[in-house]
Amino acid sequence: MTATTTGVGPARTGPARSGVPAGLRRLAPRPALLAASTAAVAVALVPLVYLGVRTAEAGADRIAAELWTSRVGLLALRSLALAAVVTAACVLIGVGAAWLVTRTDLPGRRLFAVLAALPLAVPTYIAAFAWVSTVDRLEGFWPAALVLTLCSYPYVFLPVAAALHGADPAQEEVSRSLGRGGWRTFTDVTLRQIRPATAAGALLVALYVLSDFGAVSILRADTFTRAIFIAFDLGFDRTGALVLSCVLVALTVLLLGGETLTRRRGARYARLGGARRPPLRLRLGAARWPALAALVGVAALALGVPAVSLARRLAAGVSRPGALTEVLAAAGNSLTFSLAGAALTMLLALPLGLLTARAPGPLATALDRLAYLAHALPGVVIGLSLIFFGITVAYPLYQTRWLLALAYATLFLPLAVGAVAGAAGQAPPGLEEVARSLGRGPWTVLRTVTLPLTLPGIGAGAALVFLTGMKELPATLLLRPTGTDTLATELWTNTAVGAYAAAAPYAALLVAISAVPTWLLVARSGLLEKEDRR
Amino acid sequence: MSEVGLTGVVKRYGAVTALAGVDLTVPAGALTAVLGPSGCGKTTLLRCLAGFERLDAGEIRVDGRTVAGGGRHVPAHRRRIAVVPQEGALFPHLSVAANVGYGLDRSARRGERVDEVLALVGLAGYGDRMPHQLSGGQQQRVAVARALAPRPSLVLLDEPFSALDAGLRAGLRHDIRAALRADGATGVLVTHDQGEALSVADRVVVLRTGRVVQAGTPSEVYREPADPWVAGFVGEAVLLPAVAEAGRAATPLGLLPIAGGVPDGPVTVLVRPEQVRVVPGGSSGAVAATVLRHDFHGHDALVALRLADGTRVTARVWDPGEPVPVGVEVAVAVAGAARAWPAQPSGAPVPAVMIG
Repeated sequence: MTATTTGVGPARTGPARSGVPAGLRRLAPRPALLAASTAAVAVALVPLVYLGVRTAEAGADRIAAELWTSRVGLLALRSLALAAVVTAACVLIGVGAAWLVTRTDLPGRRLFAVLAALPLAVPTYIAAFAWVSTVDRLEGFWPAALVLTLCSYPYVFLPVAAALHGADPAQEEVSRSLGRGGWRTFTDVTLRQIRPATAAGALLVALYVLSDFGAVSILRADTFTRAIFIAFDLGFDRTGALVLSCVLVALTVLLLGGETLTRRRGARYARLGGARRPPLRLRLGAARWPALAALVGVAALALGVPAVSLARRLAAGVSRPGALTEVLAAAGNSLTFSLAGAALTMLLALPLGLLTARAPGPLATALDRLAYLAHALPGVVIGLSLIFFGITVAYPLYQTRWLLALAYATLFLPLAVGAVAGAAGQAPPGLEEVARSLGRGPWTVLRTVTLPLTLPGIGAGAALVFLTGMKELPATLLLRPTGTDTLATELWTNTAVGAYAAAAPYAALLVAISAVPTWLLVARSGLLEKEDRR
Repeated sequence: MSEVGLTGVVKRYGAVTALAGVDLTVPAGALTAVLGPSGCGKTTLLRCLAGFERLDAGEIRVDGRTVAGGGRHVPAHRRRIAVVPQEGALFPHLSVAANVGYGLDRSARRGERVDEVLALVGLAGYGDRMPHQLSGGQQQRVAVARALAPRPSLVLLDEPFSALDAGLRAGLRHDIRAALRADGATGVLVTHDQGEALSVADRVVVLRTGRVVQAGTPSEVYREPADPWVAGFVGEAVLLPAVAEAGRAATPLGLLPIAGGVPDGPVTVLVRPEQVRVVPGGSSGAVAATVLRHDFHGHDALVALRLADGTRVTARVWDPGEPVPVGVEVAVAVAGAARAWPAQPSGAPVPAVMIG
């Protein structure tokens, strides 16, 4: 989850600016960048601050009355249990699949690398819709756990596979040479090498489950997000919705804090120079059949069920006339909303990404963490607080696409910051210094060196934010201008009334579009590289 | 060709003083090596010269024109001082020719200068390659060609050979030395490798904790080091406590003549291992020693010896033939004069050498 940067040449120790006291300069290098970053994080935290203010207005008695009920306790337990079950299952499937495709001679492993990552393209509400329309009366805790696991294990698979792919095989060889067998080397060395990646992936899954709205709603599993939405949508029970949101935020902070603690204890795993060698692959022998069967089974459940279900519904035909124009209109709205969201997000992410890459320090880290806090908030909570914000503070924005864009910016800022920071690493300060020493002024250096090297990465980040915005459901449901529908909201509306055939075209189009960034992620992870360079 | 001068250059990072008043002259058309252990401030010095850092005090002049100091700070791109960083730092999105032509203006880029400097570094015909298609050594050559192309006042080389393996390094540094000389460029090479500094530079400046401790030709720095620390840093050194009297010092290796003057009294004497010779027993002035260790280096060997009073010394033996058996007693004598400095007040140790 942290952006790593590579640098050429000596570390920058804060460019001297005459007139700025030395102490201040050390504390806050790059004042302009810092100011812009602070502003960006402030914008991203608007919903959170607003949530706190509005909840406090309700008064302590009212809050206590809403809070100390057996229902809240039950919701909390069920949400946490769901997060725990799904996270454990995702770690098991994700690490197992990653190990099989990177470290064994499994036949067709590059195909399986793609198949294992592809469920990322299936929004949970589409998967839930596919299962509900395939299996009658599927609802409750365990079906929700199944669907969420199948949709979110790639969050563990991708980082762990990348870590296994990049891990230094020399460490394993040393372990073998010191007399540890294959299995003990795996548990004592390999698993420890990939622990940071596993922990980061598990955190993403847990946060994702806590904030998921689509699957738990369609599968009628009572969790916080569903309860918040019902409280707000049915009863306009604002205080109840606000208090429930605050509890959800508290759970999220708890998770983030726990992850930070484990991270502090974990060491950084550096590679000590030298060229990368492909790791030795384990010969599976007869064990490759059960391994293949397991991977095929996961792919069939995660991809096959939605694909078959969507295909059947599509083949049944779109029943109403004029449906095609509606689908296209919804697709158009999805595109413009996501475009506005991506533009605003990148605008806010640029200074923060550059700050974390070029002037790392406690301040940059703190700002980065705060941005993650907003990212971890469920879309329902973001949507709800922005509605109140729009009504009372920024009325001109209310019911416009810009309030929705603000929600997207809040939700996806860390994705964009990571992309910008990674891209900035592609143009290390050393390169810019060389360019300046060859007599080129700052603007020429920006135009001829920095931009050509960073634009691809920044563009990929923008594409990721854009397409994640297309998939987003709860905030879009709450904040879209009245009467305007997107692919996601049309799908949700149709499923809610059981019109599965009408929902299918929206679902198919969404999955097709979402497959693009997923492919991008797999390709960038290096898993598809030709491995035989000997 | 340009002469570069530094006076009283000070650079601090918070509480850390990286440069504590550096005075230095870089003669035009020559290659000057700035030699020092890790953390001595040599990279900071280079960054100040290039204009990447502002001075806290002092002045830098290029051909008499002040580029830094006294409230002036000419930005890096107006200094005409080109750098060759440690890892080369080629622009990964540009071809070799475009990298080399980066510092040239539009008309010059189409001229012959690009091919000319590529030929100088031995890479004629490589213009269309991309940086990732080159080996590490080739990338460094391109980085040097890129720095030379705009005919800068000064070329700064920041440990440009440290990432390469030993065999490649020796060849490359002499090729690059030749390229700089052929182009008439003035160069400053920053390095912690004393062999590199002594073998390629016209002048060597030894830097320690942000100060210049000695500047001179390579042979001056090796033969007449300014103090025992420099003696040990630029080469193998046998340092012996002794008492000087009338230009001679009584040492465990015998009574040695001292080159240069030193006041009578307790001194520290420097003998280079190549001055310590194994001689037939009974030679005049020879002392007995026991062989402790024999390190074979191919062209020569270093023999560790213990003298009768327990002092340990090292002798460099040329064309060793058969190794001297460990434990054998031999006779050793010192050829030539030794250097000596008044001994430090008791308890003050010679500064430790950090190699990094």
